[in-house]
Amino acid sequence: MMRFLIRRIALLALTLLITSVIVFALTQLLPGDVARLILGREASQEALDNLRVQLGLNDPIPVQYWNWLTGFVSGDWGRSFTSGSPPIRPLVMERLGNSLRLAALALIFSVPLSIILGALAALREQSPLDSVISLATLAVVGLPEFVTGLALINIFALGLGWFPASASANAESLGDLLRQLTLPAITASFVLVAYIVRLTRAGVIEELKKPYVRTATLKGLSRGEVLTGHVLGNALLPTITVIAISFGWLIGGLVVIENVFSYPGLGRLMTTAIERKDIPLMQAVVMVTIFFYAVANLVADLLYALLNPRIRLE
Amino acid sequence: MTWLIEARGVSIDYRTDAGWINAVRDIDLTIAPGEIHGLVGESGSGKSTLALALMRYLAPNARISAGRILFDGDDLVPKPAEAMRKLWGKQIALVPQDSLAALNPSHRIGDQIAEIARVHDGLSPSAAHKLAVEMLRRVHFNDPEGAARRYPHQLSGGMQQRAMIAMALIARPRLLILDEPTTSLDVTTEAAIIDLIHDLIHETQAAALFVTHNLGLVAQLCDRVTVLYAGEVMASGGVSAMFTRPLHPYTISLLASLPRPIRGTETRLSTIEGVAPAPTQRPAGCVFAPRCPAAVSICDQKPPIETVGEGHLIRCHRWREIETGALIIETAPTALEPNTLDDVLLAPYTLKAIHLHKTFRRGGIRAWLMGKRGTKAVDDVSLSVRSRSTLGLVGESGSGKTTAARLIAGLETPDEGTLELLEMPLSSNLRARPVETLRRLQMVFQNPNDSLNPYRSVGAALARSIRRLSETKLSSVEVERRVKALLAAVRLSSDYAKCYPTELSGGEKQRVAIARAFAADPALVIADEPTSALDASVQSAVLNLLKDLRVQRGVSYLFISHDLNAVSYLADWIAVMYRGQIVEEGTVDDVYGFPSHPYTEALISAIPNPDPTIRTRRIRLNEEPDDQIPTVGCRFHRRCPRKIGALCETDAPPWRDAGGQHFIRCHIPIEELRAVQSENTLMTESG
Repeated sequence: MMRFLIRRIALLALTLLITSVIVFALTQLLPGDVARLILGREASQEALDNLRVQLGLNDPIPVQYWNWLTGFVSGDWGRSFTSGSPPIRPLVMERLGNSLRLAALALIFSVPLSIILGALAALREQSPLDSVISLATLAVVGLPEFVTGLALINIFALGLGWFPASASANAESLGDLLRQLTLPAITASFVLVAYIVRLTRAGVIEELKKPYVRTATLKGLSRGEVLTGHVLGNALLPTITVIAISFGWLIGGLVVIENVFSYPGLGRLMTTAIERKDIPLMQAVVMVTIFFYAVANLVADLLYALLNPRIRLE
Repeated sequence: MTWLIEARGVSIDYRTDAGWINAVRDIDLTIAPGEIHGLVGESGSGKSTLALALMRYLAPNARISAGRILFDGDDLVPKPAEAMRKLWGKQIALVPQDSLAALNPSHRIGDQIAEIARVHDGLSPSAAHKLAVEMLRRVHFNDPEGAARRYPHQLSGGMQQRAMIAMALIARPRLLILDEPTTSLDVTTEAAIIDLIHDLIHETQAAALFVTHNLGLVAQLCDRVTVLYAGEVMASGGVSAMFTRPLHPYTISLLASLPRPIRGTETRLSTIEGVAPAPTQRPAGCVFAPRCPAAVSICDQKPPIETVGEGHLIRCHRWREIETGALIIETAPTALEPNTLDDVLLAPYTLKAIHLHKTFRRGGIRAWLMGKRGTKAVDDVSLSVRSRSTLGLVGESGSGKTTAARLIAGLETPDEGTLELLEMPLSSNLRARPVETLRRLQMVFQNPNDSLNPYRSVGAALARSIRRLSETKLSSVEVERRVKALLAAVRLSSDYAKCYPTELSGGEKQRVAIARAFAADPALVIADEPTSALDASVQSAVLNLLKDLRVQRGVSYLFISHDLNAVSYLADWIAVMYRGQIVEEGTVDDVYGFPSHPYTEALISAIPNPDPTIRTRRIRLNEEPDDQIPTVGCRFHRRCPRKIGALCETDAPPWRDAGGQHFIRCHIPIEELRAVQSENTLMTESG
């Protein structure tokens, strides 16, 4: 198991290194001169040259990459191109914190609910309940996030007034924070629920057919004991992987939801960076997002191995 | 007599798209405490359905449509699920087939066994665990504490089955249902498990139902037996009466069709024509009548089940005639032109495989990092098949016999070694073999479901092989003629050309696969377990067919099997493989006789004999985990009952010549082997 862990961590580092090359290369391909971008149209040639030297833009590309990479690893993520040149790291970290809070809440909402729904659908396969669960979750995943988001705002914020219509992340208390995050988290959950329900349902149906379920039943266990004690542990293995990977998506991929609720997460920071051609900021946000995707993947693999002795003991 | 379980008039139906279909009809079955009751039948006879129904366990689409199942006088049929849960595991337990699938892959063995004690007897986790370890000790685990901590995939097949038995017995059930518990195991492992079952049931005085298709196991283990055919009881009674004086034509034919380890005159096996009817197509009269050699007009009416003697039941209109000897069921096997000893010993070689080696390496950096080298599947194996004779290649799973066959067929490339076909070099690479070679060397695989393309009709499949292997371009008329001839050669009518594989029974599919191997003019046919997926009554017909084709077409066979009886019927020569090496080779008579390699000796003694009056000397081998196979010395030394000392652990045994082209790989000198082995045989005969 130790070897497995070390090897996986080495693989993670390699993945990040390769993606860093790709990210750096892609930002090099973007049109426009960085120095002019920062100083504007009216800048003199002298000022441009000075800035280029200052930013190291005349160095060969590999040297630029190396300087960027070593800076990034040592915590110097550079400064934004926007007015005032704020340092990037605190900015990204703040947004990351917001994204993590939203992601955690979305998982808390979606995971237990969808596992219960999926298991119920599987136990009552082909029954009306199964059809209702399948149809409802499919309908929800089919709707774009901005539609479900706006619908929730209309009903629960503008209509009933239970929750605020926007989530500012400037909460005074934990209760306030939860109130703000509830609607965006539910919107994100909608996308996840359908996937997890279908996976759980398929997994449980598959496992129920296996002979060990008959063994468990003929031990004299009740249906509930068979399900929780024997079936779910095996049926949820693929589901756990998907949940872990979807965590990566929750961190960096909620652009639409963050916009609908004007929530300051990483996704919105990314769009802002792209709009302003703020290359160092773009690089930082992409690297952080990829880091979380990769870590989520690693956690998924580790969990899978931990819960599955056939892999753990190999 | 007080029965523990008493089934009266039980019928079971299945719901299908076409409505309810009757699977099992009007069954009477009784078992007394301490009795082991065999339930025998071919696939589709309803034996597993019936066995589980006795536990009141039914598939979701099944129902008990008639009858009572009295357990200790209490009818189980109307009981609600909660009431059954109190009985399951505690009073009635199941030992299923395929123990790996029947164990939860992600729970430890000890926990799975202890669970029953916790649920039913309210034991604390630690007390239940202690009891589970004790149970593992009772089923002969060397290290029960260690085994309790292991997961199912870490145990060998035999150990998994022992663990299942421990689980079934932990709550001291009064009724044990054993559903083909040894079917997927090697014959030596099977023998040890059967001994264990026998001892434990006599110790606990539980009643046991032993479901199997293996008549030999019934003869050796059971007290009484019920024979099921097409969902009905054909006969039921004490094992010795049923086997020595069978009164039902089905039982008589079935026993006669078994290949037995009796040598001498060469004969064809007695067979049962046709196949068992599907549940939807069962005749209204006697279900066996369409295949019965003694069927007469009265058999159009359903025969009643009648009591013949003490506990002996028969469902046949004509049993009285059979009993008095007025009716004799013709089972005498027809003689066949035998291979003479000279044919066997002096014929030229069709195939020579010389010093074959094959190691399967684990792929990737990962295996390299983990320091896992490959497994040596075939280690310096030399085989030769003589013209018009059959070499039987025998060994348990993991012995490398299939790999050796695949090397010869060109499906795998050997690391070292050379091949010769008809005294000409044979390329080890299939793609480098000319059509002429492909024509002369063909293969029949174990499972015809996998080897026949389901989207191609039988005629099209055969035509394709005929065209591909033909030297000249054939007209379609000629191809059609040859397809018909091939079907006729495997005893199928030409109507079968239009059929698709799914429309055929297992035996018919295997005939088609054999016909395809004969599409050209093969000199050698490699048959890898061609009958192991078939029922007993069908197997004998396929074995006969192979033997007939050898005589008619002058072909040689490399016949691979774990079924020593089938091998001894078909083969002239036998090579015994163990863990990648040939340990003994010789004519069938030599290998079956003495001296023989200690492994062969154990293998032969483990074959269950379908004659209950013969109890052979039983040599029982312990099981060996896969990660402990010796790489130095003799591969067999850890399990060998005749190990002579440290020499066996350190030095590779010599390939000793026992005379008459009989060879044994053992440190024990031939004369000594002969002496100790014949001594033992004498002892068994007198005791």
